[in-house]
Amino acid sequence: MTAMQIVFILTAVVTLFAALRVVTTPNMIHAALWLIVALFGVAVFYLLLSASFLAMAQIIVYIGAIAILMMFVIMLTRREMRDRGPQTGPQWKWAAILSALLFGGLVWMVKSVSLPASPVAEVPESSIADLGRALVSPNGFVIPFEVASVLLLAALIGAVYVAWTRRNS
Amino acid sequence: MGILSQPIGVIAEWLRNLFLGWGLSEGLTTVLLYLIGAGVLATLVQVWVIFLIWFERKIIGRFQDRLGPNRVGPYGLLQPFADLIKIITKEVIIPRDADKAVYLLGPIIMDAGVLAIWAVIPLMPMVGMDVNVAALYTIAVGAFATLGILMAGWASNNKFALLSAFRTVAQMISYEVPTVLALLIPVMLAGTMSLQGIVEAQHVWYIVFAPLAFVIYFIASVAEVGRTPFDLLEAESEIVAGFHIEYSGMVFAIFYVGDFLHAFTIGALGAVLFLGGWRGPGAETFPLLGLLYLWIKAFLVYFLVVWARGSLPRVRIDQMMDFSWKFLTPLALILLVVAAVLDHFVMGFGMWGRALSHFAANVVIAVLTLRYLDHYDKVRESKRRMVAQPGQYPVARPPVPVETSTEAAS
Repeated sequence: MTAMQIVFILTAVVTLFAALRVVTTPNMIHAALWLIVALFGVAVFYLLLSASFLAMAQIIVYIGAIAILMMFVIMLTRREMRDRGPQTGPQWKWAAILSALLFGGLVWMVKSVSLPASPVAEVPESSIADLGRALVSPNGFVIPFEVASVLLLAALIGAVYVAWTRRNS
Repeated sequence: MGILSQPIGVIAEWLRNLFLGWGLSEGLTTVLLYLIGAGVLATLVQVWVIFLIWFERKIIGRFQDRLGPNRVGPYGLLQPFADLIKIITKEVIIPRDADKAVYLLGPIIMDAGVLAIWAVIPLMPMVGMDVNVAALYTIAVGAFATLGILMAGWASNNKFALLSAFRTVAQMISYEVPTVLALLIPVMLAGTMSLQGIVEAQHVWYIVFAPLAFVIYFIASVAEVGRTPFDLLEAESEIVAGFHIEYSGMVFAIFYVGDFLHAFTIGALGAVLFLGGWRGPGAETFPLLGLLYLWIKAFLVYFLVVWARGSLPRVRIDQMMDFSWKFLTPLALILLVVAAVLDHFVMGFGMWGRALSHFAANVVIAVLTLRYLDHYDKVRESKRRMVAQPGQYPVARPPVPVETSTEAAS
């Protein structure tokens, strides 16, 4: 077993355990913290796959912004930080069936794909420059990129409009 | 390969042969070497904080017309060691209703986030992890410092600590935007996100290319560290001591070390991004000289941080937010666009031609900004409602007494 495999197994165990704790812990803040551990585990997977840019984006966007914002919102809205209510909603059966179906489908899909035993191609060293060019080249992903940018801009303007305090009205 | 030309390489090679001689596998040896390297770097950098504490107390002392620590050892150099012994002997008190695990993890995560930045800082030529996303990485691990403070503030089960955690999040998320935008300018000029690559590309220091970006980077990073004038997260007069109010003993010391180290780290990052990192005469042949140059430059920036701490009052929270969103962010965006467009045209001008045209553009932007600020100030002044202010009379001025009696007497 190589060192890479040991790192992979350790990360996988930690990520899965953290993901499990997100839904089982009764404390909301703890759930958010476990979520951060799980997201960090995913970032480590990206690193193991030599997708360093994706790993950094994962940490900045998911941990640095989204998870911290979630904790912020929980702290602001919950008076009692320790939630003592039941942990399952009224529709937990449907949710269980749906997630079981989804999991089964994913397992079936992964099983049906024949994976090559050895790497198909070497990962190029400086893939960030290629990624950047692909995002803005007309033959690449310029349209999805621009659509996503406009969507984010719209959300930004919407947030400013909602938060705007009107004077003289 | 001599010890002078490749000091780290020689030691690493010796250790590698030692481990291989013990019969360890190639992969395990590499992992072990990385672990040892990380451990040594993290330990040395944290021990360095002992000196930083002395330096800062001494400098702040001078700013306040005091001598600073001068009793223990020559020039008070041993004072931090005395403090260290004192703080180790103190009891670590955990509040009864605190969330124990999160409470203890908070300072560790905060400190780890700061230490992680050092993994990518190019200390000398050919030393330091040459990651091709290093510039982004420094921002990413910075998020962990925020997270640690947030965890500490919440887990303490104290309203002042929680308020401080809220302030921290608001401040750090706001100031992350100008930091990233200012950081993008050296990245764009060098054409790489690797910090080693950025240092190697600085035949002319980037502070000549982009002085305004350096200023924005400096201000925004001081705010990210939460130093005066942006120390709202531990404003003593408002929220007692902020997020570390419930911490004592060594657990508090970790916060303390993390704070000082963070301030020095932004100095080192500023030196790498704008002041040429390890560049200097003879650094290519003797890498240890490069380390010395980097250290001197980092200290220059760090001195600026301490200087600001010694001379500026704390800003109000609305002023702080306004400053980031209404001034620093737009200015950084303008600088980024101007630098990108200008660089396209002056690419062929040679090293100094390129640098000077960027510098000229920066001067023009600076003058325009100052003119605009002047104009903005005047407009705001004219719209201001008349309110009672010291030294001004909201109602008609009382008549000035005519001093005739003294003249008559003389």
